[in-house]
Amino acid sequence: MASAKRVAIMVTCMVDQVMPEVGVAAVKLLRRAGYTVEFPVDQTCCGQPFFNSGFRAQAADLARRTVRLFERYDAVVLPGGSCAAMIRKEYPHLLERWPGETARAEALAARTYELSEFLVHVAGWLPTPAPNAPRVTYHDSCHMNRMLGLGAESRQLLRAAGCEIIEMHESDRCCGFGGLFSIRIPEVSNAMTQEKLRRADATGAQVLVSADPGCLMQMRGFARQTGVRLAHLAVLLEELTR
Amino acid sequence: MNEVSFHNFRVSAAQAIANAHLQSAIDGATLKFRNGRRAMLADLPDVEAMRDHFKAMRSATLAHLTDYLEQFECNARAAGAQVHWARDAAEAQQIVIGIARQHGAQLAVKAKSMTTEEIHLNAALAEAGITSVETDLGEWIVQLAAEAPAHIVVPALHKTRQQVAELFSREVGKPLSADDIPTLTAEARRALREKFLAAQIGISGANLGVAETGSIVLVTNEGNGRMVSSVPPVHVAVMGIEKLCPTWDDAAVWLELLARSSTGQPLSVYTTVLTGPARPDDPDGPRELHIVLYDGGRSRLIGTSYEEVLQCIRCGACLNHCPVYQEAGGHAYGHAYSGPIGAVLVPLLLGLEQYEALPHASSLCGACLEVCPARIDLPRMLLDLRAEEVTHGIIAPPEQAIEKSAAWLLRHRRLFNLLTDLGRVFQRPLVRHGGLWLPRRLNPAQERQLPSLAPRSFHDLWEELAAEEAAPAPVARRRLPSRRTTVTLAGLSLLPLALLWRLLRRKGGKRR
Repeated sequence: MASAKRVAIMVTCMVDQVMPEVGVAAVKLLRRAGYTVEFPVDQTCCGQPFFNSGFRAQAADLARRTVRLFERYDAVVLPGGSCAAMIRKEYPHLLERWPGETARAEALAARTYELSEFLVHVAGWLPTPAPNAPRVTYHDSCHMNRMLGLGAESRQLLRAAGCEIIEMHESDRCCGFGGLFSIRIPEVSNAMTQEKLRRADATGAQVLVSADPGCLMQMRGFARQTGVRLAHLAVLLEELTR
Repeated sequence: MNEVSFHNFRVSAAQAIANAHLQSAIDGATLKFRNGRRAMLADLPDVEAMRDHFKAMRSATLAHLTDYLEQFECNARAAGAQVHWARDAAEAQQIVIGIARQHGAQLAVKAKSMTTEEIHLNAALAEAGITSVETDLGEWIVQLAAEAPAHIVVPALHKTRQQVAELFSREVGKPLSADDIPTLTAEARRALREKFLAAQIGISGANLGVAETGSIVLVTNEGNGRMVSSVPPVHVAVMGIEKLCPTWDDAAVWLELLARSSTGQPLSVYTTVLTGPARPDDPDGPRELHIVLYDGGRSRLIGTSYEEVLQCIRCGACLNHCPVYQEAGGHAYGHAYSGPIGAVLVPLLLGLEQYEALPHASSLCGACLEVCPARIDLPRMLLDLRAEEVTHGIIAPPEQAIEKSAAWLLRHRRLFNLLTDLGRVFQRPLVRHGGLWLPRRLNPAQERQLPSLAPRSFHDLWEELAAEEAAPAPVARRRLPSRRTTVTLAGLSLLPLALLWRLLRRKGGKRR
């Protein structure tokens, strides 16, 4: 029976180039939730790196491009809270210089979801408990938590999959990434990441889960200093629901 | 002059990070304040509504600031205070020095005040031959060490017990043990009491002014604010023009949010209200009260997108919750206003070019906005300042060229994928442990391993993934992107870009 439920995935540039397995896992999870997934092949970057470093014109160009690529879909899902927040919270005002663009951006924003949000609130999908699900600790990435108010959804999915969640001290403390910040002021960025990893290690969890590729990439830069496995939410959930 | 370049910020921050004592002092103090704030705000019936109300009040006051300042001046004069207006730091210094000279003052006692730090009053007084003594314990320690405050609320956060004992020993002229805190405190108390009694003039800032009565309010925890403003015969308070509220009802909300957000106290230990000088039948208090209303670039921000920053009440909650501040420490910010509020306020008051690194000293995590009692959107203003750095050419041209080319490339998906595929090929000798191995000298991320490009991009994997849905049988995997063999645009992969970035930045750093 063909499913009428369709969704477009925006994998984000970081997933596309550095951790495609996150995109693959997200597609599989969406399919398990009963959706047909489309991948608009011309997608690249939401523009956030440029917006965050002050290159507004460049960010706006990429934002307009993204709006045009995705506005034809009923729902757009991203396996990254920060990029989802960019589309939802920054596009409308970033594009307000162009008449009509803000309305299009707002329309897209209203149909854009972070993956865990989409699975829990739109698809109404929860995994079934897996045997040998690991003990995990969850990193609340900043934009996903503070701009989109998401975090409970990831935890709900992890618990449903059978994971025990051991909260780390101040799970909402920044991992140190911050885009170009991590290159402009690497000493501080690295110290923040090491602090984050120390706190995750202290929980005794087997996996440190993040729903944001940016945080994950940053923390992986110190992967050899920690005994905990660093995994994207989608990857872990996909493994547990095979 | 470049006060806080990227280089300066990084060097200072690296020193702070390497200083284990400093790190544990910052961690301990800020954690205590974070926990205290949470507990104290939970204690209020509806703190979110209170913060909304407070923000609306601050915003409305700034919208009619001229009217409230006039009302404040009028009522302060009616109460017998003398009101002075200072456009900039030099004017404010001259006013205070003038008042001191008029009374032949040789010794001034000071209560802790960020505004007088901002105008470098101590240095100006010293130059004018007037000794000023800080009487807040932390400020006194920092003054004895000839350093700048490391935190808006806890200026001597960075000093160890041993360092304090050394400084005190030198000051009182006898050896004091770092292990005997009661004696250290008692000696400080004794030494400062002498100063209180000998000073001809007391100087303070003002936490807030109340327009309806022309009063100023000082909050302290050590009572030194009360001593400074009641023992010497003359008192001068320097207040930023934005620290004003219309009524005492507003002041009540202000004080409640200030102490709870700042140190996690229901109210500061001492709340001192000065409405004019001492009346004839008052047992104590200054015979003369001067209020210096200080602009220092604030009025320029009224009506701009940065006006909101003037709603700040200097509680320090943003510092206590900022992971960047907690690692970098206060001194990296190059100004008495450090942390997220300093990163926004200092470039606005003193110049973006001189403080170019400050708007970038943030991962934009948003913790500051989350905890600000006035909900000041510091992340938005950091972004606006960064955008100004680009439009004003403060960000170096090579870096601008790299960013702009990258954005252009990302608008041309096929070319982008082609170049990243090339990168996959060229990076191969450098890939170790799932990341790039670069000598530290060439690694822009320092000791953090940069990610390598995945063997295949999602774009490359999609074909199979799409086919899987159509026919769930596994498809034979191609091992490598076929495109790579067709590609000849050598040298344009991401890696040379990263190296170029690094080299250009180093060159840029030298030029500065």
